[in-house]
Amino acid sequence: MHEASHISEPLAAAPRHRASWFELARQHRVLLSSAFLLAFPLVMPFTALAVNILIYGLYALGFNLLFGYLGLLSFGHAALFGTGAYLCGIAIVHFGMPWYAAIVVGVLGGVAMAAAIGVLAIRTRGIYFAMVTMALSQCVYYLFYQAIDWTGGENGLRGINVREISIFGLKFDFIDPLTRYYVVAAFVILALIFLSRILASPFGAVIEAVRENEARARASGYNVTATRLIAFILSGAFCGLAGALQALHLSIVPIEIMHYETSGLAVMMSLLGGMGTFFGPFVGAAVFLLLENLVSLWTVHWQLFVGAVFMVCVLFFPKGIWGTLLQRVQK
Amino acid sequence: MAGLTLDLIGLQLFTGLALGAVYVLLAIGLSLIFGMLTVVNFAHGAFYMLGAYVGVYLLALGGNFWLCLVAVPIIVGTIGLVVERFLIRPLYGRGIDYPLLLTFGLSYVIVELVRIAFGKAGYPFDTPELLQGAVDIGIGYFPLYRLFVIAAAGVVLLGLWLFLERTSFGLIIRAGARDPQIVRVLGVDVARVWLVVFGIGTGIAALAGLLAAPLQGVIPEMGGPILVEAFVVTVVGGMGSLLGAVLAGLLVGVVVSLSSLFVPEMAKVSIFALMAIVLLIRPQGFFGRAGLMS
Amino acid sequence: MTSSGKKPTDISRRSLLGTAGAGALLAVSPFSINILRAQEQTIKIGFPVPLTGPYGTEAQDQVRAAEVAIAEFNEAGGLNGRKAELLVRDDKLNPGEAATRALELIEKDKVNFIVGSLSAAVQLAVNNVTKERGVIFNSISQSDAINEIADFSKFTFHEALNPHMTAGAVGRYAFPKFGKKVAFLTADYAYGHEMVRGFREAGKAVGIEELADIRHPIGATDFSTLLPRIQALKPDILCICNFGRDQQIALKQATDFGLKRNIKLITPILLYTGRLAAGAQAFNGVIGGTSYYWGIEDQFASAKAFNDRFRKMHDGKVPSDYGALGYGGVKTLLMAAKEAGSVESEMVIAAMEALKYDYYKGPQYFRKCDHQSVQSVFIIESKTQNQRNEADVFDVVATEQPNEANLRSCESLGHKA
Repeated sequence: MHEASHISEPLAAAPRHRASWFELARQHRVLLSSAFLLAFPLVMPFTALAVNILIYGLYALGFNLLFGYLGLLSFGHAALFGTGAYLCGIAIVHFGMPWYAAIVVGVLGGVAMAAAIGVLAIRTRGIYFAMVTMALSQCVYYLFYQAIDWTGGENGLRGINVREISIFGLKFDFIDPLTRYYVVAAFVILALIFLSRILASPFGAVIEAVRENEARARASGYNVTATRLIAFILSGAFCGLAGALQALHLSIVPIEIMHYETSGLAVMMSLLGGMGTFFGPFVGAAVFLLLENLVSLWTVHWQLFVGAVFMVCVLFFPKGIWGTLLQRVQK
Repeated sequence: MAGLTLDLIGLQLFTGLALGAVYVLLAIGLSLIFGMLTVVNFAHGAFYMLGAYVGVYLLALGGNFWLCLVAVPIIVGTIGLVVERFLIRPLYGRGIDYPLLLTFGLSYVIVELVRIAFGKAGYPFDTPELLQGAVDIGIGYFPLYRLFVIAAAGVVLLGLWLFLERTSFGLIIRAGARDPQIVRVLGVDVARVWLVVFGIGTGIAALAGLLAAPLQGVIPEMGGPILVEAFVVTVVGGMGSLLGAVLAGLLVGVVVSLSSLFVPEMAKVSIFALMAIVLLIRPQGFFGRAGLMS
Repeated sequence: MTSSGKKPTDISRRSLLGTAGAGALLAVSPFSINILRAQEQTIKIGFPVPLTGPYGTEAQDQVRAAEVAIAEFNEAGGLNGRKAELLVRDDKLNPGEAATRALELIEKDKVNFIVGSLSAAVQLAVNNVTKERGVIFNSISQSDAINEIADFSKFTFHEALNPHMTAGAVGRYAFPKFGKKVAFLTADYAYGHEMVRGFREAGKAVGIEELADIRHPIGATDFSTLLPRIQALKPDILCICNFGRDQQIALKQATDFGLKRNIKLITPILLYTGRLAAGAQAFNGVIGGTSYYWGIEDQFASAKAFNDRFRKMHDGKVPSDYGALGYGGVKTLLMAAKEAGSVESEMVIAAMEALKYDYYKGPQYFRKCDHQSVQSVFIIESKTQNQRNEADVFDVVATEQPNEANLRSCESLGHKA
């Protein structure tokens, strides 16, 4: 997918002529993102939606690591998201594990699933990579669908009821919407810090090198296949975390979470927000979910608007909403 | 398994072929459009659905099924021409993600417009009177209409083959698929070729929808699941390969059909398992060009 | 981190952001203003149904019928002057979306009750959210699982029938009448299996001979290979254990294959809207169960009154089966609230449990152990002839009176009797 134009914030020092406040903002992107996320629920129509936006933003962020930064288009990310959610839920429902342990189980589930799918799929390229990941994730879907005793099958997994959580001895009421939001936000912020570290690390530079010119990266002695696989697994960690948080947030895991439409959602949100941008996935998730929720309040034909907005975005804002904004500011 | 005989398995194979015929018609359009335009057309399922609805509309106006067989592909194909000209053409050269996303958005729009125009509930679609009933094909009775679907797909394929192999326009298409640059240098209007190819692809998709309508009725969502299955067919056959689309379409039809007989709980996953296996062994599909789109 | 201790049960709170602390950790000091819920506030009923998706038509009808219940309640003076209000949300037939919508309705809109849903998975999702928050949920779609102890809570009510009841009623009617050799064509998922279980249970008493249970994947579009197999088995009765689109396609193809010539087709649920969408031919002669058909107005004055009101409010249309459930679901809660003189959960639950009602389909009441509405099941046959008008598509051939013996026993559901 090298034809696609990517926008990314270069990791090297930026040219001097740029506004210094912009430079400052970029250096502190984690801080800025975090500050925004803190204030976010106050401007949303309802808190549960704000939590969904965080979770889907994180999910799209995991996807974006692979697609935006490495140029690998996966249609199978629902399997990573779903495995995180199911394993977190199963840990609580069937094993009575505490919530934090269940989140760890969810993340590890995402990692393991990413490793399994990644090992198989990484050999293929382009549209074939997209199709192999989709095929494998559909297989995972049916695996979970059939494991009724563990997952509830068609009816979904119910009973992931966490009423109270305690952090360092402090007890929080997890039923309270704002508390739930800030707990989820804390995890998302940790993930943002982690991603920022990855991108700034030597490995981040390798990722970019592989995307920009695979042959040159290979010639420079980088192991391209290993880079791809590691990125896929990292992506699985983010998506697994998102899934686990989703299970805790909704207290159920529907089988639909594994469906290929959920994979498509990650693609849509990333592209809408601006792939290869740090904050784009969240913008994409916010715009998509807000649009869906608000428009569906006044017309049952909300899909017409969602579809039309996509077309307009593709035709006139090819770099996504956030990407286009970044570009404007940089000019 | 109660009541299972060799004849039944034979019949199941035939059913698989009928199902496969619909897959083939969809996949061939997808493959043609992809091979020429490198557009992954996510609106293909919507055009398929549109074909069925245009059929419903024409029948309500007093048309008959045979007229629809001609009129539906032409009408929907024309819509396809408009879509290519005004929506997809601006995106050439921007990479495959953009047409993919655009057609994805377009499919939402088309489905919703159909819901607004025809309602959400769907319509019954009676089998044309001439084709009702079943005929003895040696191993048992088989619905006549399904035989007709297989035959109709065969005729379309033959027509398409003749068009590509025997006409000068077909020659340009084939050349354009191989190297659009050279064709352009030779003074051929490639844009016009792509326009026509998109129109043909969507027209065939519409025909497939019309043919499927008497089998399962007509609803706005009918294009969704089958689009995914058609993608599987296209990929297994090799993106851009017409022969691959035909063989893979029939194969997938038979696999779905047999697995729903023997292991119904696996029927839905069988085609994905098939696709995963094929791609892991042969990453470019049966007849795909290696390295394409990488 | 947040520091909130109080439970948001009857307090509406507004929190203001405090200072953002160091190290990306946040320090929020919620500064809460507590407002007691004013007595004059309207009674809010959340109504999540799948307005978009394959059951959009049914969902729309549920909304129409629910509006009838709201209008009647308000015209009758409400609850000591407190009017009721319906908050319709689109759950998109997706449990995740439904759970989010339920959270919105509870946390933001502060609804008093939730009524709705049109799929087993969706109602279980909504139920899980509502029971954790002590909000009463009256489900109006079918499922056996919602009665079971694992999903049930005292806040859970089930106005709809469940597959055990409908399949059982249809079986008890059809097996003695059309023969004992029975084959099943079953959608391979929980709901399909529950229907088969219901038929088998009913068949035990009659002594049916089960020839085969032939499974098909859910969302199937092609039954042509399964049908010759069924034909070869020569059953007296074929039980079609699937729903919605699957059923329409199965019946259409069974008709094409000529199965109806010597096999009686029966199905637990015959949808009014499905019959209209798929046409008379496919459904002709098929026998099934339903929770409601407008034609029972000859039998029940309450049905007549409901139909008339519905016709008046909605351009002469008649309510569908799922529509009527929307009416029943909202009506029962509002009447219970009136009975209790309060919208407080515990009091309304007690009133619901004590309710003996006949609002639209004859006598009903909620069984104590699982809050399942004990009600009659109507056995209907689809017809092509003697139709008085477009809506006249079924004949009511029998009515199974409300009887707890036809439900799964409280013990088998895991409840203490």
